[in-house]
Amino acid sequence: MSAEAMQVIKDEVENNPVVLYMKGTPDFPQCGFSARSAEALKAVGAQFKAVNVFDDEEIYRQGIKTFSNWPTIPQLYINGELVGGSDIVVDLYQSGELKSMIESATA
Amino acid sequence: MLAPETIRDLIQSGLPDATVEVFGDDGTHFAARVTSPSFEGQSTLAQHRMVYATLGDRMGGEIHALSLKTQTPDSTGESAS
Repeated sequence: MSAEAMQVIKDEVENNPVVLYMKGTPDFPQCGFSARSAEALKAVGAQFKAVNVFDDEEIYRQGIKTFSNWPTIPQLYINGELVGGSDIVVDLYQSGELKSMIESATA
Repeated sequence: MLAPETIRDLIQSGLPDATVEVFGDDGTHFAARVTSPSFEGQSTLAQHRMVYATLGDRMGGEIHALSLKTQTPDSTGESAS
């Protein structure tokens, strides 16, 4: 992973309280797992920055996997920390924790 | 093309104390339920990382997606109720 890619992602997750790296966009997701994660965030009324990993393949396709040592996309970050992939996001949504995590991050 | 049995064996050899079930027959999308005492005290994030680690580069490569459910033996009763 290039130092530039690392810096781009680091800045993004540190300067935005809630960031979702996904395939496609929240309105036009290109993968069911990305779609479910974006839907969960929308359902709790989260203001979040969505990054389409297809927008810059060089930085994101491999970079985002190396950045947090997490092998799949989507990835949700809150306050600069990786929360998890779609299984974890959906679990947190169903247990109600996602809403409170988002609220305390964006309060 | 990967069979669910192959993935089960990989997870099983990486986490010998685990009970592993893997579903999925399209060769690229799978779902796994992994129960292991090694997950005790670990966050879900850490538990998923432990499972991904057993699969190495195959994750995101040959394995396009692996939906994970991880649990400790103690918690199985709760989540089933």
